[in-house]
Amino acid sequence: MKRIAAALLAALLLLFPFFAGDFYVNLASQILIAAIFALSLNLLVGYGGMTSLGHASYLGVAAYISALLTSRYGFGHGLAAIISIAGTTATAAFFGVIALRATGLGFLMITLALSQVLWGLAYRMSDVTNGDNGIAGLTRPMPFGISLDSPASFYWFALLVASFAFLMIAIFVSSSFGSSLKGVRDQPRRMAALGFNPWMIRWITFIYAGFWGGISGLLYVYYNKYIHPSSLSTTSSAEALLGVIAGGSGTLGGPVVGAALVLLLKNYASAYIERWNMLLGLVFLFIVLFMPTGIIPGLNKLAMGLRRALR
Amino acid sequence: MTRPMSEHALEVIDLKKAFGGLVVTQGVSLSIRPGERRLIIGPNGAGKTTLFNQISGDLRPNAGKIRLFGTDVTRLTPHKRAHFGLSRTYQIITLFTGDTLEHNVTLGLLGLRPSRWQMWRPLSHYGELATDARRTLDAVGLLHLADHPVSDIAYGEKRRVELAMALAQKPRVLLLDEPLAGLSNTERSQVKSLIASIPRQTTVIMIEHDMDTALDLAETVTLLNYGRVIVDGDRDAVIADERTREVYLGA
Repeated sequence: MKRIAAALLAALLLLFPFFAGDFYVNLASQILIAAIFALSLNLLVGYGGMTSLGHASYLGVAAYISALLTSRYGFGHGLAAIISIAGTTATAAFFGVIALRATGLGFLMITLALSQVLWGLAYRMSDVTNGDNGIAGLTRPMPFGISLDSPASFYWFALLVASFAFLMIAIFVSSSFGSSLKGVRDQPRRMAALGFNPWMIRWITFIYAGFWGGISGLLYVYYNKYIHPSSLSTTSSAEALLGVIAGGSGTLGGPVVGAALVLLLKNYASAYIERWNMLLGLVFLFIVLFMPTGIIPGLNKLAMGLRRALR
Repeated sequence: MTRPMSEHALEVIDLKKAFGGLVVTQGVSLSIRPGERRLIIGPNGAGKTTLFNQISGDLRPNAGKIRLFGTDVTRLTPHKRAHFGLSRTYQIITLFTGDTLEHNVTLGLLGLRPSRWQMWRPLSHYGELATDARRTLDAVGLLHLADHPVSDIAYGEKRRVELAMALAQKPRVLLLDEPLAGLSNTERSQVKSLIASIPRQTTVIMIEHDMDTALDLAETVTLLNYGRVIVDGDRDAVIADERTREVYLGA
């Protein structure tokens, strides 16, 4: 039953460009990118108990490094991607050392402050970043000579990367290290007494989350062929956090569903209602009231209740 | 790394700890031999748990030294002390409530193994970890509940999971903080025989209020009051001591 559902889902995802129009294929690509980003944030929020309001930093840093290297310094996409991911991971390592001096609200405030610093730099260092104008006229890479310029080809590329990310993150959370991480989230003192190093476990997770945040940032800049400081903004971090919490933090499917929800609302509702944020707020309120643990855990509970009632 | 030889499993030397003006540990010194069964008693607020927290590294003393098998560990973090062979249980049950009993004990095993850093292999692929965890659960008589989450089991059973997590680590020094607290008479005798069966390679230091049960398990007793060692020595000598009666019966 589960296998059939998974096979159907895989077929649907693979064949999507054959029966959907360009608008929807592009929307799906954006959802895939947002899903990777939300999955990486969920490592911190859901599995690590570290609520970050600055995760857009890693998306933005990766996107900016790639944009600058390819457009201004004439790097090829391959090398630019490697430098960009390495730079983003190093940024996460550095920011992690600062942010992990605190936990809880203190941690949240430090991540927020650090991301604001980057956002400010992107705005003000206009001789490098082009400030408020952003960097335009970027190109998409051509892996193995395949052009990614059509909506369908980019979608498949994004689907490939997102599936790999999902798989890697699924393995990560079910590994010994993932168990250590959840243990440190639930009982840090006990974990230390058992021989685990809570700080190191949190830091490594922070770096790993930054790495995947960087991957989503690369896809983001490839997709848009444009980067603007707003992608580093707190709004961008908060939207992803909202998606993770709405979908169900600490689950694998939750961030994907949440990211899709936020993007669909943004794209659909904004066509009809100017204040789409208000609608997002209402939907979020509804979720918090009726499914306080998020959509995926909420639906699971509902399905379990139904099954029991039918028995 | 060569470890200096020592005839003591644990040495606490002139330990001092104060929270602001409140002095909770005042020059406490203890010497405990390998394999010894030591009971620490004292009225509420005597500083027993605070002493444990300093030995385990959760609290840092203001002055004094703590040595494990001759090595000064006073400045080491709790997780480093665990790798020196120190394990503990908590007075307030500190378990992973959403996880199964097997997973709880597995975490105890994982804490001392390098595989705890492994990120690319599902935990369920480590067959020997599961076998070891189930063996430990069997030893505390909880194997039949191995697949249940901790939130499903009774309080007395949780106490035994606390013990199982520490025992799984095969510690050289084991700190038990009120392992009998809140147990019924039957559970009490179960846990008592469990503690009695701990192998002699493990030095056991226990805080306990239930004297009837605890004294049977102890060879030596330390009486604390107001953060000071009042009497220290062989069990019978401490019980017979005038000062013990004074503390407990008020002269």
